[in-house]
Amino acid sequence: MTAHYLVLSGLLFAIGALGVLIRRNAIVVFMCVELMLNACNLAFVTFARQHGNLEGQIIAFFVMVVAAAEVVVGLAIIVTIFRTRRSASVDDANLLKY
Amino acid sequence: MSSLWLPILMAVPVLGAIVVALLPKGSDKAAKQLTLAVSLVVLVLTLVMAFQFPSASGERFKFEAVYDWIPSFGVHFGVGVDGIALVLIALSAVLVPIVVLASWHDADGVRTADGTLITPKRSVKTYFSLLLVLEAMMIGVFAATDIFLFYVFFEAMLIPMYFMIGSYGGAQRSYAAVKFLLYSLFGGLLMLVAVIGLYVVAGKGTFMFPELVGVIQDPATQKWLFAGFFIAFAIKAPLWPVHTWLPDAAAQAPAGAAVLLVGVLDKVGTFGMLRFCLELFPEAAKAFTMPIVVLAVISIIYGAIVAIGQTDMKRLIAYTSISHFGFIVMGVFAMSQVSQAGATLYMVNHGFATGALFLAAGFLIARRGSPHIADYGGVQKVAPLLAGYFLIAGLAGLSLPGLSSFVSEFMVMVGTYSSPAFGSGALTVAAIVSAVAVILAAVYILWMVQRALNGPTAEPVKAFKDLNVREVAVLAPLVALIIGFGFFPKPLLDVINPAVTQTLVNVKVDNPAIAEKGAGQ
Amino acid sequence: MESPVEIVQHTAGGVIGVSWLMIALPLLGAAILLILGRVTNRWGHLLGVAMSLASFVVAVLAFFELIGLPEAQRRQAVHLWEFIPGMVDMGLLIDPLSISFALLITGVGSLIHIYSIGYMAHDSDRRRFFAYLNLFVAAMLLLVLADNYVGLFIGWEGVGLASYLLIGFWQFKPSAAVAAKKAFVVNRVGDFGLLVGMFIIWTSFGTFAFADLGAQVGTASQGTVTAIGLLLLLGACGKSAQLPLQSWLLDAMEGPTPVSALIHAATMVTAGVYLVVRSGAFFFEPGSPQALAVAIVGAATLLAGAIIGCAKDDIKKGLAGSTMSQIGYMMLGAGLGPAGYAFAIGHLITHGFFKADMFLGAGSVMHGMNDEVDMRKYGGLRKYMPLTFATFMVGYLAIIGFPLLSGYFTKDGIIETAVHEQPVLGWLAVLGAGITGFYMSRMVFMTFFGEKRWAEDAHPHESPKVMTIPLIVLSIGSVFLGGYLILSNRLMVFLGPATGRPSDANLPEFHFASTPGLTTLALVAVGAGFAWMRYGKATVPVVAPRGSFLTTFARRDLYGDALNESLFMRPGQWLTRIAVFFDNRGIDGVVNGLAAGIGGTSGRLRRIQTGFARTYALSILIGAALLTGALLLVGNI
Repeated sequence: MTAHYLVLSGLLFAIGALGVLIRRNAIVVFMCVELMLNACNLAFVTFARQHGNLEGQIIAFFVMVVAAAEVVVGLAIIVTIFRTRRSASVDDANLLKY
Repeated sequence: MSSLWLPILMAVPVLGAIVVALLPKGSDKAAKQLTLAVSLVVLVLTLVMAFQFPSASGERFKFEAVYDWIPSFGVHFGVGVDGIALVLIALSAVLVPIVVLASWHDADGVRTADGTLITPKRSVKTYFSLLLVLEAMMIGVFAATDIFLFYVFFEAMLIPMYFMIGSYGGAQRSYAAVKFLLYSLFGGLLMLVAVIGLYVVAGKGTFMFPELVGVIQDPATQKWLFAGFFIAFAIKAPLWPVHTWLPDAAAQAPAGAAVLLVGVLDKVGTFGMLRFCLELFPEAAKAFTMPIVVLAVISIIYGAIVAIGQTDMKRLIAYTSISHFGFIVMGVFAMSQVSQAGATLYMVNHGFATGALFLAAGFLIARRGSPHIADYGGVQKVAPLLAGYFLIAGLAGLSLPGLSSFVSEFMVMVGTYSSPAFGSGALTVAAIVSAVAVILAAVYILWMVQRALNGPTAEPVKAFKDLNVREVAVLAPLVALIIGFGFFPKPLLDVINPAVTQTLVNVKVDNPAIAEKGAGQ
Repeated sequence: MESPVEIVQHTAGGVIGVSWLMIALPLLGAAILLILGRVTNRWGHLLGVAMSLASFVVAVLAFFELIGLPEAQRRQAVHLWEFIPGMVDMGLLIDPLSISFALLITGVGSLIHIYSIGYMAHDSDRRRFFAYLNLFVAAMLLLVLADNYVGLFIGWEGVGLASYLLIGFWQFKPSAAVAAKKAFVVNRVGDFGLLVGMFIIWTSFGTFAFADLGAQVGTASQGTVTAIGLLLLLGACGKSAQLPLQSWLLDAMEGPTPVSALIHAATMVTAGVYLVVRSGAFFFEPGSPQALAVAIVGAATLLAGAIIGCAKDDIKKGLAGSTMSQIGYMMLGAGLGPAGYAFAIGHLITHGFFKADMFLGAGSVMHGMNDEVDMRKYGGLRKYMPLTFATFMVGYLAIIGFPLLSGYFTKDGIIETAVHEQPVLGWLAVLGAGITGFYMSRMVFMTFFGEKRWAEDAHPHESPKVMTIPLIVLSIGSVFLGGYLILSNRLMVFLGPATGRPSDANLPEFHFASTPGLTTLALVAVGAGFAWMRYGKATVPVVAPRGSFLTTFARRDLYGDALNESLFMRPGQWLTRIAVFFDNRGIDGVVNGLAAGIGGTSGRLRRIQTGFARTYALSILIGAALLTGALLLVGNI
């Protein structure tokens, strides 16, 4: 009965991962990352339910906190990059190489 | 109960180094004088300690001092000396003031008589404070009775030497310094693995050397751990075929640093073989004796032949040292009282002889700005004193009887030839082959002398000044030691012999010297 | 045959107790002259002479004290200090053999010191010269007086060093520098033998002391004794310029002439003979392989040296060839066992006198002829240098074995013993004597007879008294010493305690008219006559004619140098070059190659860092997928 939740979680994760890989816009990439995190959250909660304990739910809360922190820092970086380079494409920010 | 001698001996140069480093800018002269004073104090302390050695208390290690360092791993700051360590500490203490005096102007920017700049101006304080740090570490590495502490000093010694070569050396100094560092670090890494392995396998919860002797019994384990230690020491020593860092490092280092590098630092390798490889892993040492002796003989002959073909004075001397280190390693692994005592004596005598040769060559190079033998000729005529000292140092390098290196080389060869440790004739063959080096040594030294000192005086050589007072003060004590110990090596051997006997007891080889002594008592 | 007597430890004081002064005094002289340096320039030579003379005085006093002792106590060991604990005790052995050498070294040495005052008067480095001479005397005395092989070896190398320094005394001449190095290196080949011999001695007997060895040699196997003997012989060949290590001696004539007289004629080069006689325990059995080898080397060298002597135009090189040849005689004698020892040592002593006499005479000639050494540019000098001529003639007559002169007795003794013990070698020695007659006569005729062939600016004159008086003293010895030592077997009886000797009833008698003796005289006469025909009566061309194949053979030192060059030097140079190349490209190449390889690989690997965040994300995803896959494959976790 929990299998459906897990399938949904897998689908969400796959969509998120695909989005990270194929989309160029930093905001969209960012949202896809969030999607993946939420897919994980769903899986955690499902497994917690399955095992009948609270650990998975607690971890889900942790993940949310981390995701929120990430959004704060990440969006700030994206805004700064957009201001300096007039672009939100992740492929344009490729100076950190070799 | 625990003696303060050795901690003080290490603390004095460290404190000196700190003071020298903190001197205000522009006080170069004060830095030099202070360094000289500190190194002389260390020398005096060492000599006083050495004279107390025979009467000092302690079974094997005298002047012992053990403090906890990292108690949870059983690491101690443990120091103490036996006869072998004592003579090597004394060697370091004698060489450092001489090197200080010899490198007086090395960091000032050396110019030849016609004004060509050889080495640029560098920080004088840093150089001399590095020298003092190095001295403390040299004393520490020989005095350490805790294997972990030994490892720490073994690796930490590289740091001052790396900077001395890397920033005060010749044209290719950074190549040489990096090569030196990488080689040594590679060996040190293997040794670290072996040190940890020893700690774990022994399961005694301590790194103290005396408690680890004879603990490892399993032959296979012994072999692996032995290999870890031996490779590190073979690189340090250096033994063929891991020797090529030495000619580069010695040729690029300033003469004074080269003396300490070849004279003392490399001895840590042979000292380590004698102390750690043999005593901790006697079965493995016996099992590996033949291949190691073969490597040693190759070093002896190969080093000599390659030395003959060198055109650069300092590289030539470095290769002669590779040949000499072959003798030391051969003596250590021939495992007889005479050969090991000879090898230990060789470590000391080689320090004096090669030190004198490096310094004399350094003085020659400082006058002309070129290490190439072909750029000289006829020095004897214009600078007879310099040529005379150079010749004596060279003769010590070819082990002329009457000079100290003969006694040790002779003991190594006789001890190897007559070693009762192994029934086979292989050691006799090794001794005979190594005796060929006696001929080759005459060729490489005298050919260099002929090209550099004899013959018609070359044009740029004509402007040479003979040795000044400072330079004589550098070379004269070394020559006096070389001649003195050449005729009267007994004081050194009396200290060395009991320590070697103890080593051989731990290695469990038949030693007629012990049997004889037992019968006599 | 009576064996040597036991060596006893010297206890009472007396001169023997302080015999170390013999070594210490000249050593002190050398040290003072070298350390004080220029300060001593004014009186340095006098100090050198004084130290050498003082050493001579000690030797004479020790000699008289020794002969005052009963025969069984004439081998006194004087302990000095513990050299290598448990291995070598340094001490001196004063016995008839060593004291004979000490007298020769200090006596002839002092004369040559005195001579050098005059000969080196114009050299700015005279002080250094005397320092080296003193050093030599000290080292040579240590060689002969030491009571063990290690002490002997120290002296052995010490004389090698002194020889190196003195051959290269005029080191600003490249030829002198090369000759000095060559002498040292060739000697080291011999030292290799001596060293390995010492290894075996220590391993087999556990001692280096002559006193202990004498008794123990019997306990070793025949093979061991033979091996030791042959190795010691190699050492002796190096020092004494015997085949095959002879090549350095002729080049050594680059040194100042007094050096050639002292080191390369009278004393150092005879050290090999001393070694063989001193090691008598290993050679005692005549006819044993090692003794036979000594005799064969001696016989071969006496012929080779004589042949070389025949073709040299350089007066010093001619004498050097002759030295080789005469030491060959001594070696031959020493290879005949105790019967020959006394004659070998006797010839060694008389040779020390007459050869030093002739070398110094040659030096005197050179001194008067602007250092010209080519005999083709001499001629008719007897009128201009009467004293030099007279003393040279005495030496000449002594060396060719003119009846009743020194060389006659000692050389004849060797030849007679050799013919008796090893007939083939003995007759070769007779032949050698004939050749000696030829080349020595040639030398005399070319130098002192015939017409003048001088260079334009030559003004030959007699040398100063300080040079001629030593010549006179040496020529007196050249006349009488041989007869005194050999007749009624004085030397043989004297040396008996040290070398062993025939019992009183079996002492040999000197035959004035034996077959070998008469044959020798006849051959010498033929040789001298032939020389008179070619170089006395006929005119000597100033430029050497090309000569036959044989002449070239002799001029080129029997192709000894060519042989060394093609066998050792050139292959050695190639080996060196290959080794250096291998070290730089092979071993260091591997090391640097490894470093370059790692550097190159990392340089390529960093290209993976493209800077595109999405590429990184992809690689993370792939990595995660792979990991997950791997975990699933492995199964339950």
